[in-house]
Amino acid sequence: MNLLLAVLTPFLGAALVALAARRGRALAAWSAGAVAALALLLLLPAMAASFGGVTTIQRLPWIPTAGLDLAFRLDGLGLLFALLILGIGLLVILYAHYYLSLEDSLGRLYAYLLLFMGSMLGVVLSENLIQLLVFWELTSLSSFLLIAYWRRREAARRGARMALVLTGGGGLALLAGFLLLGEIVGSYELTSVLASGDILRAHPLYMPTLLLVLLGAFTKSAQFPFHFWLPHAMAAPTPVSAYLHSATMVKAGVFLLARLFPALSGTPEWTWLVGGVGLATLLVGAVIALFKHDLKGLLAYSTISHLGLITALFGIGTPLAAVAGVFHIINHAIFKAGLFMAAGIIDHECGTRDMRRISGLWKAMPHTATLAMVSAAAMAGVPLANGFLSKEMFFAEVVTASGKLPFGWLLPVLVTVAGVFAVAYSLRFIHDVFFGNEPTDLPRTPHEPPRWMKVPVEILVVLCLLVGIFPAQTVAPLLTVAAAAVLQGPLPEHNLALWHGVNPALWMSMIALAGGVLLYFGRKPLFTLHDRVEGRLDARAIFERLLEDALLRTARRFTAAVDTGSLQRQAALFIVSALVLGGSGLLLAPSPLSGTRALLPVDGVSLMAALALVFATLAATALHRQRLTALILIGAVGLVVALVFVKFSAPDLALTQLSVEVVTIILLLLALYFLPQETPAEPSASRRWRDGAIALVAGSGATMLAWAVMTRPVDSIAGWFLENSVTGGGGTNVVNVILVDFRGFDTFGEITVLAIAALGIFALLENLRLPAPTHDAQGRVWDADLHPLIMATFARLLLPLALLVSAFILLRGHNLPGGGFIAGLITAVALIMQYLANGVAWTHTRLPAQTHPLIAAGLLLALLTGAASWLFGRPFLTSAFGHAGLPWIGHWIGEFELASAMAFDLGVYLVVVGASLLILINLGLAHRASTPVGARVKEARN
Amino acid sequence: MNAHLAIAPILAPFLAGVLLLALRDLPMPLRRWFALCALLAQVGIAIMLLAAVAGGEILVYRLGNWPAPWGIVLVADRLAAWMVLITTLLALVALIHASDGTDRKGRHFHVLFQMQLFGLTGAFLTGDLFNLFVFFEILLISSYGLMLHGGGAARTRAGLHYVVLNLLGSTVFLFAAGLIYASLGSLNMADLAAKAASVAPENLGLARAGGLLLLAVFALKAALLPLHLWLPATYANTSAPVAALFAIMTKVGAYAILRTSTLVFGDGAGALAGLFEPWLLPAALATLVVGMLGALAATSLGRLAAWLVVSSVGTLLIAFALAQPGGVGTVNAAGIAAGLYYLPHGTFAAALLFLLAEALRRRRPASADAFASDADVARYALWGGVFFVAAVAAAGLPPLSGFVGKFLILQAAAGQPWVWAVILVSALAGVIALARAGSRLFFSATSADAAAPPLPLNEPSSATRELVAIGGLLGLIFALTLGAGPVVEFTRVTALQLADPAAYIAAVLGTEGVAR
Repeated sequence: MNLLLAVLTPFLGAALVALAARRGRALAAWSAGAVAALALLLLLPAMAASFGGVTTIQRLPWIPTAGLDLAFRLDGLGLLFALLILGIGLLVILYAHYYLSLEDSLGRLYAYLLLFMGSMLGVVLSENLIQLLVFWELTSLSSFLLIAYWRRREAARRGARMALVLTGGGGLALLAGFLLLGEIVGSYELTSVLASGDILRAHPLYMPTLLLVLLGAFTKSAQFPFHFWLPHAMAAPTPVSAYLHSATMVKAGVFLLARLFPALSGTPEWTWLVGGVGLATLLVGAVIALFKHDLKGLLAYSTISHLGLITALFGIGTPLAAVAGVFHIINHAIFKAGLFMAAGIIDHECGTRDMRRISGLWKAMPHTATLAMVSAAAMAGVPLANGFLSKEMFFAEVVTASGKLPFGWLLPVLVTVAGVFAVAYSLRFIHDVFFGNEPTDLPRTPHEPPRWMKVPVEILVVLCLLVGIFPAQTVAPLLTVAAAAVLQGPLPEHNLALWHGVNPALWMSMIALAGGVLLYFGRKPLFTLHDRVEGRLDARAIFERLLEDALLRTARRFTAAVDTGSLQRQAALFIVSALVLGGSGLLLAPSPLSGTRALLPVDGVSLMAALALVFATLAATALHRQRLTALILIGAVGLVVALVFVKFSAPDLALTQLSVEVVTIILLLLALYFLPQETPAEPSASRRWRDGAIALVAGSGATMLAWAVMTRPVDSIAGWFLENSVTGGGGTNVVNVILVDFRGFDTFGEITVLAIAALGIFALLENLRLPAPTHDAQGRVWDADLHPLIMATFARLLLPLALLVSAFILLRGHNLPGGGFIAGLITAVALIMQYLANGVAWTHTRLPAQTHPLIAAGLLLALLTGAASWLFGRPFLTSAFGHAGLPWIGHWIGEFELASAMAFDLGVYLVVVGASLLILINLGLAHRASTPVGARVKEARN
Repeated sequence: MNAHLAIAPILAPFLAGVLLLALRDLPMPLRRWFALCALLAQVGIAIMLLAAVAGGEILVYRLGNWPAPWGIVLVADRLAAWMVLITTLLALVALIHASDGTDRKGRHFHVLFQMQLFGLTGAFLTGDLFNLFVFFEILLISSYGLMLHGGGAARTRAGLHYVVLNLLGSTVFLFAAGLIYASLGSLNMADLAAKAASVAPENLGLARAGGLLLLAVFALKAALLPLHLWLPATYANTSAPVAALFAIMTKVGAYAILRTSTLVFGDGAGALAGLFEPWLLPAALATLVVGMLGALAATSLGRLAAWLVVSSVGTLLIAFALAQPGGVGTVNAAGIAAGLYYLPHGTFAAALLFLLAEALRRRRPASADAFASDADVARYALWGGVFFVAAVAAAGLPPLSGFVGKFLILQAAAGQPWVWAVILVSALAGVIALARAGSRLFFSATSADAAAPPLPLNEPSSATRELVAIGGLLGLIFALTLGAGPVVEFTRVTALQLADPAAYIAAVLGTEGVAR
């Protein structure tokens, strides 16, 4: 598992280095270097094998069912990139140690750099495409952290976000592309994908796949028109630019083109898209680079241009072009990393990177100048430097390709123009910085940097020359295995040599060199022209206008318009949704609305009750702003409903409805006491019409549903309950048996609801201090006689009677109308009477029973009754009943039934009493909490 | 014990809640320990339950020993056990966080917390439609109590909206249950499934209306567009541990949609098959988009997290609603499996963001969790790293479980380019929103000299508990990522179990045949 370990090493090392950095900068640098070296060491066996043409593939299962394994692959291409990542990584670590000022945290930079290193290694060593994507996005994330390294700088933050959005977004497109690849090929493994080129190219989904993959590759490699994030990423510290934004991360895009070359290339679509975009990028980058005054800006656009060159090579699509592409990847990484480091040294020494301020540095730093010049020569494509060789190959390929196209002659022309600009900007980089007058107004006095800061540049420059002069002896083997891995087949005939004879490519090089020199020295008019157009077409401005203005403003406007925090709107949306859904369900089915049942004749009493119901409802709506009146009318509605229950022989329901009605109205009255007497009017007529319309439709819908349900015979499971109530549940009152036995678990839940509601209300009201009104709406003083004697006396007389009744109702419940719920409500009403008649404080001192334990006891009793059946090996809430007589007095009262459900019902009773009282007492006390009486009572409240 | 395993996850929090109520006068540390032990026991029970049903067994618990469909049954299949486990794990983390002093800011926090779990586990395990209504009520009323915990004007106002809307929902639920009972003659879900196929044509309209009203209620609970507006206000205005626990609440709605759409209105439901289908996918896609717009518009981390909950509901229901690729039937098992993997991820990631918002509020006296740069940045530098990981998780970026979930959903949605486009573009919007949030919160533009004095901590040990809670969530997300292999395999077989409800129906209604 060497490959996995090698990829993981930098990730683990990042944490280690962050820790080591606390003990000094040197240790941080050494440990970071050691981590990179260790990763390299771990890869050595596989690297050696790849030179023999062996592709190492190692895998660990991760999510096998989704075709996602951890699979790593090291072949020639992976080898090349791993060498670049780790080799240049080591140099950058050394360089950064000297580059970063003492105030900046070196540990953080190294940790982020190592995170990036691991991610990038993961990209190039992945066998599984989805895993490749995972690492791909990780490079975006770690580059976000690296660009934003100087967090206080606005430019760094913006640059980081822009890079993340573009490359991360491209990554998402790439994910879609890979998913399509997987769909078509049936596997996400590179080995299968690379072997399926013909299937892919012939597939109807080839075009979308290609577009999505290319979107990912182009954003990452800063191809036109997505190139603009790269210059803004230059806000990162220069070691980061040298590493990510020239040598490695931006190469991930072209790596992907190389990796998928056998699978996707070879179609006109590929050639036009890849070649066209590459060519455009080559030109745009080269032209803009010349006009950049910032050293790093110039290098950034030059990087864009060179990436375009590589892309164009892969776009041409011939094997030889692919070889040239791989070769230029190597060369560009070497010379551009060196150039960035040199730019960093200049920045470090001068305190600025503005070429209009820097000049004549040759005297101050001749050594650095020499190094920079060699690298710049490579960038310009001057013979003897490595850049010349691959550029020649590029020119040659372009000439070959141009022969097959209409207007093919344009290609060499455009490419040569790009070459002219490349020479010009390279010349500018050298001439503006090192020659000319001595600088006058630099922030610092420049001199040569520390010895070891130059070492990484020196190594790169030596490589530049070695490759440039002795290509066959140095780079050839590496290029051969890498190119073979790209092509996945035999290599074309190619000759790595300085001299290929006089051919069109050589002429193009010559023209570019001569033209570049001329262009540079005659640049003045072009600069004036550029200054006039500059700013007209700023990609960053467009991007930010799209992102900040369009997207964010739309989001804000939309959210603010929809999310107004209006409860009425939310309620209206819900009701309308329910109407639409329910309506579509009912009306789109081929069912008649009315059922087959014969209608009952209308009798006078029912008619009166219905009319009263309708009248009370309408009146409550009309008078809803007068809260007290509306409440009384709602009470009337409730009473009529209770009467309807009586009429349809449901005494249990009627009893429950009556007692619930009483308790609810009392609680609502108590709450109204603290509220304004009138509801504010609706703001507008249109709103009233809207709400009225919704209410009408909803009411009609409910009527239709009720009509439909009641007019048809119900074929349900209800009959079984009637048959089994006595034999199975031991009770003749089916409603009660359903409540405490057949569906006792529902009741178990409902009493819990009641208990929680009481506790919640207690928690809400406990610290609430409400001012008690002294006058009513008409300005009359509240009654001075708060507790009239007659009411107090009667209430006290009534209490034992009411308790007796409730006990009676509780006990008979199983067989006759009654039960714990009704009994609890009756007890609660009787006790509430005491509070109303005598005041809370008076009652409290005489009724010491607390309500919390009552609720707890009720719930516990219900639970224990249910769990008792476990002792008999039965499920929760299994009931048992039997008949028993009492000793001594048994012959007076006879035998009576005992059912376990009755204990359960007692629990219900206790919870109902406790919860109603708890709510009531706390509502009643809300305005007294600040008074001395309240303080006394507060002790007793819980 | 094993005989009662299916009811244990419901009764354990109930018992703990009642005991905590009875012992309310004990000192707070003792009550915390008690609550913690109770929750650990519940996690243990949830694991046992999952182990018991992982092989495909369906545990049916007949309450009161009454046969189905007349009595109430609890049914523990893979899906129910999975939901219960996720709930208890999330609750454990929320409880640890709440024990840092939040629980002192009002009465009965621990009682309400346990009762909330009672409601949640009951809703997941019940096999009866009306019993589901009861558990929805328990859920609602205890969540209302928890939501108000600590008080304050904004919280009370948001709470009122929450409870009023949900009571409307309860009313519609009753309509729906009534219609379904009237048309299909039963409330037992397995019985409904058995009867759905043979619904009489004259009753079809009622059954459809009932089913779709159910969808309206579940969509309200899940915060599906256009019924999502209650969520940001509610979640952003409550205390952090409660918001974290609430991350599972929307999933109850999603669960109910999944359960009814596969069991009652699944492929075997004849004329009622695929009842939700025309509505669900468009609404889910719109929810994802609107959630992301809300996230982009958010100006504080708490609100951002709340909107991300909306969008994660969208993602989840997209997965559940995906059409079958071949057009055979309506249930896409691969989509459901992907959704069931994404569900815990979305829950944990949202909870993590809520807890992080609270961590910032405590350390930024001047700007709380608003997206403003703050001079105190040095004091919470560590949190930047935690936020980064949390943001990667929430945005569904690699390598964390959010990416795996989205990948699986995309894979299941192959051939539906619209779904791909919405998911991927929303993911980009999420990245933008989170990157903006992070750089505003943690990349300070002001110097450290202007730092305000730190706020006093709730309790001396509160920082530790906060760290344990946040570390716990991170651990859960890492576990989901590293253990993706077995988890995905589990959700795959879970989805297969859902796609073919015959075993479920047979287990509930017994072998003697379907009651007519």
